[in-house]
Amino acid sequence: MAAISRDDVAHLAKLARVEMTPDELDHMATELDQILGAVKRVQEVATADIAPTSHPLSMSNVFRDDVVKPSLTNEEALSGAPAKAEDRFKVPQILGEE
Amino acid sequence: MTLDYKGATEKYEPTLGLEVHVELNTNSKMFCSCATEFGAEPNTQTCPVCLGLPGALPVVNGKAIESTILIGLALNCSIAPYSRFARKNYFYPDMPKNFQTSQYDEPICVDGYLDVEIETDEGPKVFRVDIERVHMEEDTGKSLHVGGSTGRIHGAEYSLLDYNRAGIPLVEIVTRIIPGTGKYAPQVARAYVTQLRDILRSLGVSDVKMEQGSLRCDANVSLAPIGSGLLGTRSETKNVNSLRSVERALTGEIERQANRLEAGERIIQETRHFLEESGLTRPGRSKEQAEDYRYFPEPDLVPVTPDAKWIEELRAKLPENPADRRKRLQKEWNVPDSEMNSLINAELVDVVEETIKLGAEPTRARTWWLGEISRLANEKEVAPTSLITTAFVAEIIALITSGDLTDKLARQVVEGVVNGEGSPKQVIEKRGLKVVSDDSALMVAIEAAIAAQPDTAERIRGGNIPAAGALIGAVMKATGGQADAAKVRELLLKHLGQG
Repeated sequence: MAAISRDDVAHLAKLARVEMTPDELDHMATELDQILGAVKRVQEVATADIAPTSHPLSMSNVFRDDVVKPSLTNEEALSGAPAKAEDRFKVPQILGEE
Repeated sequence: MTLDYKGATEKYEPTLGLEVHVELNTNSKMFCSCATEFGAEPNTQTCPVCLGLPGALPVVNGKAIESTILIGLALNCSIAPYSRFARKNYFYPDMPKNFQTSQYDEPICVDGYLDVEIETDEGPKVFRVDIERVHMEEDTGKSLHVGGSTGRIHGAEYSLLDYNRAGIPLVEIVTRIIPGTGKYAPQVARAYVTQLRDILRSLGVSDVKMEQGSLRCDANVSLAPIGSGLLGTRSETKNVNSLRSVERALTGEIERQANRLEAGERIIQETRHFLEESGLTRPGRSKEQAEDYRYFPEPDLVPVTPDAKWIEELRAKLPENPADRRKRLQKEWNVPDSEMNSLINAELVDVVEETIKLGAEPTRARTWWLGEISRLANEKEVAPTSLITTAFVAEIIALITSGDLTDKLARQVVEGVVNGEGSPKQVIEKRGLKVVSDDSALMVAIEAAIAAQPDTAERIRGGNIPAAGALIGAVMKATGGQADAAKVRELLLKHLGQG
């Protein structure tokens, strides 16, 4: 059985707000399945005594002091926004699906 | 027939669950160095990190971790030796990154509890609220929904986003389900949030202002027929912005659910919004479909691994539990419940304690804060503590105790200090508010009063001591209130052969 189904891909695409055609879904399902298959080989060497890795460096407790540094100006912050109004980012209506 | 709250809780057993979000009061944000000040101009406290610009890298604010561990310790939690941040992925413009950095299966603090006491029909009763977890995350931006008829999300034409709040350290405190509260569920919830707020305030980790959103409560409740042993479908009420609202929202929600069940309808698992004006809730997002946030460990941040030494250092810093402290102070001050409650409700316990520590006589410290200073504060519609410092109050009380000021004069001194005329010393100086303690000066006034009311004087000579009141009053008037009434009485009675 495939590790990832076409329905899984459709679901993920919806969650990620990525529009995909039926062809793309077929294609991506096959490709992702192959990728997962390849990655699965790691399980052959990853035994119970090896902890899962989420970070390549074995570091912990990297903290900053609680000190304020200058922020961007309002103009700088909004300079990349597709739309703005009243010093704020302007976005299309949200939760229309509610 | 519609069930009222009493009817609802006679038939159904509520089960509670509470999620409290606390904004920490750090100077800078959780993962970047932007300021966290409330009320700044929109989008003036942002940077590439909190705007989610490509390539920006977060770094954890150490103070925020420390505050979270303190909260965990104060709530009797275990501190995890290893915890990680995770990405909670969702599409909603309040987080410009399209994910919120949060914690998932590895929170910093787990398995705590808080005992809350409420008044029941059978007297005070303690309920233990088990805490499942205390985890760290970041706050979201503020949305302004424009257009549409209601100003709500539904029907808005567009939304405006201010990301000043995005990235402010947020701690989420989640209880386990709280069974067995019966009809007291709303009071238990309120008492829990109240006590939590007091603890957070005593730790100094948050402003805990519900009206400003630095403390927010989501109240979950479900109902099941009493004795059924079942757990009903829950609803989650958000937008509960005051302690009173916690209680109101749950009362309303229990009634609503009970009546739905009575009508044979089912409860929908959903988020509801509390409406402050009516005390009712309205439906929000439905949670019928389990959310899929695709959590995964945040690759840009390394784990948090507090060692035992650090934890013990923080534990040593924990202040006394506010509830215990109140009990202790009430005993020390020997005051009845009613007066202690007045002090607590007026948020004057701290200043009274401080004033007493500064040497003020305890009864006077309480009376002055709760009386004259609170009265002036009410007039001005400000907090009593904003009017005058504890040091000045202690100084004034010391002058009363030593006999340099009468209560009446002291009121004028307080008024002067409150009006910005300077320190108590300066006000006394400027207004010439000194008790006339010079016996000879008082004797002149006493003799004048006797001369003016010879009949009264005669009655006193004849043994009618209560009649002295009239003459004392006259002397006080003549000295502009600057005499010590007790002293006047003593001199007068002596002069008239009754001393």
